[in-house]
Amino acid sequence: MTAQSQFSGGFQNAPVQAAHAFRAAMTVMARPGEIRTLAGGEAPQPLSVAAGTLLLTLCDPDTKVHLAGAANTEAVREWLSFHTGAQLSAASEADFAVGTWSELGPLGAYRIGTSEYPDRSATLIVECDVLQQAGAQLRGPGIKDTAHLSLPDIPALQANAALYPLGCDFFFTCGDQVAALPRSTQISAEA
Amino acid sequence: MNEYNFAYLDEQTKRMIRRAILKGLAVPGYQVPFASREMPMPYGWGTGGVQVSAATLTPDDTFKVIDQGADDTTNAVSIRKFFENTAGVETTEETEKATVIQTRHRIPEAKLREDQIIVYQVPIPEPLRFLEPRETETRKMHSLEEYGLMHVKLYEDISQHGAISTAYAYPVMVSDRYVMDPSPIPKFDNPKLEMDAIQLFGAGREQRIYAVPPHTKVVSLDFEDYPFEATKADHPCDLCGAEDSYLDEVIMDDAGNRMFVCSDTDYCRSRREAGHKGRLAEENAA
Repeated sequence: MTAQSQFSGGFQNAPVQAAHAFRAAMTVMARPGEIRTLAGGEAPQPLSVAAGTLLLTLCDPDTKVHLAGAANTEAVREWLSFHTGAQLSAASEADFAVGTWSELGPLGAYRIGTSEYPDRSATLIVECDVLQQAGAQLRGPGIKDTAHLSLPDIPALQANAALYPLGCDFFFTCGDQVAALPRSTQISAEA
Repeated sequence: MNEYNFAYLDEQTKRMIRRAILKGLAVPGYQVPFASREMPMPYGWGTGGVQVSAATLTPDDTFKVIDQGADDTTNAVSIRKFFENTAGVETTEETEKATVIQTRHRIPEAKLREDQIIVYQVPIPEPLRFLEPRETETRKMHSLEEYGLMHVKLYEDISQHGAISTAYAYPVMVSDRYVMDPSPIPKFDNPKLEMDAIQLFGAGREQRIYAVPPHTKVVSLDFEDYPFEATKADHPCDLCGAEDSYLDEVIMDDAGNRMFVCSDTDYCRSRREAGHKGRLAEENAA
């Protein structure tokens, strides 16, 4: 069945599905705390629908992808390589990284950009068990007053935000749901 | 038109632009370099905006294009037709009905909503470029947040003219970090840069994309004793009587007669349809 999962699970109508997927991804990145449905692609286990769709939408031979922990299986590697042509890489060189929070490991391993090119930083796709508008309080660009989002590790993400304008950006995925946290967001633990 | 991929650009180009847009949104006001493509229109006609729109549009969108506020000028009409043909999207002239608005040098008068996206065409994205021609230097100035030169420029305006004479492309500070060129919109539009919609900026020739997420703090640079002022011609619109909209001055004849009309044609039309009348409305209708 390896062959089947390698060739299946891509977009049926790439231009249109990728356009819808990008709009969902852009909306959540522009509005931290919002949760949107993101579907269309289906990567092999253990990747979620949302994570697989993000990879199909954003990755290609120009991007390096780090598969962390359980995501780094033969099936996922073959699927990613067949559908996107993305190169696999270590965390330190990755443009995108996928995995659960604990598998992705310390954020210090990822690129945070340079002061002259802060865009040259990694985007982490964090697989979550739950994704809801509750928990940490968010403020900053894209947020009217405040927003709330369940975050895996508030101190680590606060430290990332403190690097602004450097730092990593995050998508949080759970099933076919996606939310995002750019480095510009100020995070405080819910009082 | 089936000869083209949806929205003209190939998928790999769109992915590259989409990645740049996401980084732009994550660092508001920072200019993300991107590999701008040649488009079937000349530089200066909105190639940057068109590429950003192409990467953003879905088939469900309703697309509006304005050029200096007008829906019916050559640039606006041709870009609208371009996406009608290559993306098959609905188009409209009504700001209310649009989900994606591409604009050259204006922000519509109607307040934009949460579910709308505005794409600006940008000629020179670097606000410091006319003060410092070297990209290596301006990049360093942004990285060090060294914007003294811009304040000196505004100060020199005051010392020479008695006021800040910059009337368009008025520099803004985005989210307390990056000084940004809001594209050559009149400074009348600057206060609208803090809006509910997503703002994307595309500069095709200069190969830069930048963005301002909704509800982001955008402050026009000024001095305590010379505060920023959003100015417009001190007239009501001669067609619809609006006193709150940005006006274009139109020379009527060789005798020096002139009229002022809303630059936002959709705003002016909807007001006239609602029965508002300006000084020359009757004459114009006849």
